[in-house]
Amino acid sequence: MSNTSPTIEQFAADGPDDEPRTPRTMLPEDWGMMVGSGLAAVALTWVVFYRLLPIEGPVGFWIVTWVTFVLIYRQVVRSAHGRLAGTDRVVAVALSSAAAGLFSVLIIIIGYVVVKGLPGITPAFFTQTLEKVGPLDPETKGGALHAIVGTLQQLGLTVLIAVPLGITTAVFLNEVGGRWARPVRTLVDAMSGVPSIVAGLFIYSALILTFGWGFSGFAASLSLAVLMLPTVTRTCEVVLRLVPNGLREAALALGAPRWRVVLQVVLPTARSGVSTSVILGMARAVGETAPLILTALGSSILNANPLSGPQSSLPLYIWQLIRSSDGGQVRRAWAGSLALLVIVLVLFSLARSIGRPRFSNINAGYANRNTDDGELARLDPAFDLIEGPSDRTLDRLDAHPNEDDP
Amino acid sequence: MSSPTLDPTDITVDHDGPDLEVASTPMSTPMSVPASVIVRPGSLKAERVSAWFGTNKVLHQVDLDMRAGEVTALIGPSGCGKSTFIRILNRMHELVPTAKLSGQVLLDGVDIYGDDQSATKTRSRIGMVFQKPNPFPAMSIADNVLSGLKLTGRKPENRDELLQVSLERAGLWNEVRNRLKDAGGALSGGQQQRLCIARALAVSPELLLMDEPCSALDPTSTRRIEETIAEIAHDVTVVIVTHNMQQAQRVSNRCAFFLAAEGTPGHIVEAGDTKQMFNDPVDPRTADYVKGRFG
Repeated sequence: MSNTSPTIEQFAADGPDDEPRTPRTMLPEDWGMMVGSGLAAVALTWVVFYRLLPIEGPVGFWIVTWVTFVLIYRQVVRSAHGRLAGTDRVVAVALSSAAAGLFSVLIIIIGYVVVKGLPGITPAFFTQTLEKVGPLDPETKGGALHAIVGTLQQLGLTVLIAVPLGITTAVFLNEVGGRWARPVRTLVDAMSGVPSIVAGLFIYSALILTFGWGFSGFAASLSLAVLMLPTVTRTCEVVLRLVPNGLREAALALGAPRWRVVLQVVLPTARSGVSTSVILGMARAVGETAPLILTALGSSILNANPLSGPQSSLPLYIWQLIRSSDGGQVRRAWAGSLALLVIVLVLFSLARSIGRPRFSNINAGYANRNTDDGELARLDPAFDLIEGPSDRTLDRLDAHPNEDDP
Repeated sequence: MSSPTLDPTDITVDHDGPDLEVASTPMSTPMSVPASVIVRPGSLKAERVSAWFGTNKVLHQVDLDMRAGEVTALIGPSGCGKSTFIRILNRMHELVPTAKLSGQVLLDGVDIYGDDQSATKTRSRIGMVFQKPNPFPAMSIADNVLSGLKLTGRKPENRDELLQVSLERAGLWNEVRNRLKDAGGALSGGQQQRLCIARALAVSPELLLMDEPCSALDPTSTRRIEETIAEIAHDVTVVIVTHNMQQAQRVSNRCAFFLAAEGTPGHIVEAGDTKQMFNDPVDPRTADYVKGRFG
């Protein structure tokens, strides 16, 4: 069979390949319609705004321009391609605009923090504390070393507590189940609704007051773990649920005990999704300020021992300095915000690279037809998180393994 | 278990009947050997097996002899309990929370549902290949083949040899020998299914159960799998569920026809030698089904 197929060399004898083409959906005339409608909308709005009506202001101008653009564009496409195409383009424009709007908000926030924070980033920011900084000291003196150390230690301890606990709970909910699964799931859901200050208050009254622990970074980690746990658990559970049941059955049919199925098949398959759950958990915990006030208290000096004594952290540092009337302190606070953003970014990329799937499936398009890789590729649960997995997903996943043959 | 269980002496006596009946088939146990003596490991015998999901009875008192070194095909229309039956044979049935069963499944004379039998040990002796190819996506081709050992906490004595032998038996070695470290999910559907067969064979099972292994595959891949079945059948007992009458005729020595009338549990209408089942069936319903007049 393979003997009769031509070899690569024989193919090469057919001469050079034709120039490969990428099929296009937008022809030049389509671009023309879009750009033309845009120019028409700007011109029309300008006339209305600055010549006909006594109103002005850039925000109103661009909003009216956008609406005018959509209307003109729809009419243009309609007259060229018919009603259905017109509606299609309007919906496409609306969706793209929504995405662009959301993205620009993100860019503005990050850009604003970068612009405000960069002047405060000096060598001293990373090497000094606020221990000997007075109101009139320049920004070249004093820094956030104590806060950076505090944030890293507190977040590290939080991850150490909440991630194993969260993944274990998710494994219990999804792989073990039984009649305790429902109450546990309800409890986790209720936990995710706990306001962060209440989590801090709980640690404060239960551990710091009752047992006389005193303020510490560890107490802060415990309160942050209370907040992180439900996020990790629920995200992780959704991710584990997306692992096709066929893989569990295949492993069990080889004679594997359940714990090995979970450790060697289910969790490795869901690896990138599990790392996403850790990222989302960290994102929940890293910016929390309220519980820290009640547990770590905050400090101006370096305390590298998270187990005893008040400790600062970047959110606390920002909160304490941004209210100052002193411009230098405010600039330090902005630098702290920038540092917090960078730390989050570094931790996220770290978690992503640890959680990278072992096989980035180059042939995914081909293999998808035969396996559940398509579902696995969607193990990133970001969209499922917002409303929980859809009923359809759940139905499919909970379905009897042999539904067509009872 | 609601139905009366049989004690070992009964089983031995019971064994004589079917043995004599199929003595004409070339691969059956020689008549001179007493039925109580197991000549070749890997024979499976279902006795009065009934199954339920909750209160819904799906199988009614199925008796079936699956002889060592032979290929037994289970045929019948959808929903007649074939898949449930084959999952009972290696204790996969009980993974469904509401699943119940009665009767006995004797692997070389020992009930796999006996109190002293562990489900995991039984499953590693009776391998299974599923309808949909399901290689582990987080593992390479090589790791997929050897996963059965790792998953049962064993270390292969000679990793490379076991890898090659398993892939050769599944007829996949030549296609993947240069890409053993690639993802199992990157193979084509037919190759993935043969990878799953190699994975099942790597733990040296005595039996291999196949639940419609070719239903998701193209004709070429189907032919490769059938060749594989013919090759492994010499040392592994094969039980295969199939909807394809031609396939059942091509690959199996013996056949069992399952049927479930409207609202009743599935049961075996007729079981016996494949040639006889297809050429000269006893029951008119079998004749209708194998000739394609219904189902």
